[in-house]
Amino acid sequence: MTERKDDLGLTPSQTIGPFFAYALTPRAYGGVELANEQVATEAVAGERISIRGHVYDGDGVPVGDAMIEIWQADADGRFHAQGNAGFTGFGRAETTAEGGYHFDTIRPGALPGPNGAQQAPHLTVSLFARGVLTRLATRIYFSDETGNETDPVLALVPAERRGTLIAKRGTDGVFRFDIRLQGEGETVFFDM
Amino acid sequence: MSPIYPRDGLNAHPLNASPEYKSTLKRAPSQPLILLPHTLSETSGPVFGHVAVQAGDSDLTRQHEGEPLGERIIVFGRVLDEDGRPVPHTLIEIWQANAAGRYVHVRDQHPAPLDPNFTGAGRVVTDAEGRYRFTTVKPGAYPWRNHHNAWRPAHIHFSLFGPSFLSRVITQMYFPGDPLFPFDPIFQTVTDEKARNRLISRFDLATTEPEWALGYQFDIVLRGRNATPIEEPHDD
Ligand SMILES: [Fe+3]
Repeated sequence: MTERKDDLGLTPSQTIGPFFAYALTPRAYGGVELANEQVATEAVAGERISIRGHVYDGDGVPVGDAMIEIWQADADGRFHAQGNAGFTGFGRAETTAEGGYHFDTIRPGALPGPNGAQQAPHLTVSLFARGVLTRLATRIYFSDETGNETDPVLALVPAERRGTLIAKRGTDGVFRFDIRLQGEGETVFFDM
Repeated sequence: MSPIYPRDGLNAHPLNASPEYKSTLKRAPSQPLILLPHTLSETSGPVFGHVAVQAGDSDLTRQHEGEPLGERIIVFGRVLDEDGRPVPHTLIEIWQANAAGRYVHVRDQHPAPLDPNFTGAGRVVTDAEGRYRFTTVKPGAYPWRNHHNAWRPAHIHFSLFGPSFLSRVITQMYFPGDPLFPFDPIFQTVTDEKARNRLISRFDLATTEPEWALGYQFDIVLRGRNATPIEEPHDD
């Protein structure tokens, strides 16, 4: 009955490779998508927001074969399992040939953090791509949230790099969030 | 601020800075990663109902009018957490090349034939004991441009969610005895030999079906622990 603990090690990660789209983001192949850029249906309560950006490599070349997934709380700061069945909180997008991606969702609420601290509203992000062996994890915060100043996770990031985690709202109302995998302006990625 | 999930097992994963695999050179972060405490954002994760997954999605040999060419195989196993507990009702997505080593993907330029009877994408949800099973054909090896005469060992791509954002993983399953292992920089990015061997499926005669298909077992261990600690017998 008892599993031998010493036989169990994590199954190592491997790259998603360049050819995942027909399985994971299969819209162009006529396949059924489990999730896509439309994270919230009309029925979901909350402020509608759009996030747009591009993914760049260390030479500033667009990354046209990445998959980005987001995971988020609802407008009240609750996750799917906590009762908001109409909102999965999960989005998935393949970057375009130009490295572009977008999500249409609702603004998440603030939520509890470590040691009783409150976390500012954010999206949790996974990035998978050819040349990325272990998924890159980051967060998207929002430039118009005052809670950013006291957010316990942003506080762990050196001040000069914190801006890479904050989506900036443009005059069109759309939040811009570029992801730079390497070099100048490199996005902060987390070790979990 | 200490992480809730143990971190000891994480060194099984490859480093993104693995220069033998050329695509990493401009894509691996150069700054150190920042240690993230495990908050509700990380310890929760997307839940997939069975709605989007159809029963036929786990049989890749029956998605077209005819049967695909190639060696028919059954790929099965269990999804467990780091404590050996099954991960029930979790989504697995797979994709692979056909028996000739060619992907349906529009950007695959390998001049091997497409098979009109094979797409190579499948989905399944694990049962209450964490078990899963796919029927497919064995994918072929395929060349890539990483270095001179570079060939990928035959593999099936696997994507899993598990119970939280922390347990999310994408990996590749390989086949036992592949002569390309020593020459494949992607397989070799897993530097610990024991961890690397966990990516290799095991031929299973008991699952092999006479006159039909070979069985390969691939158990997958995801990060995470059950929130409720269980009593463990001390037998040491
Ligand atoms: Fe592949």
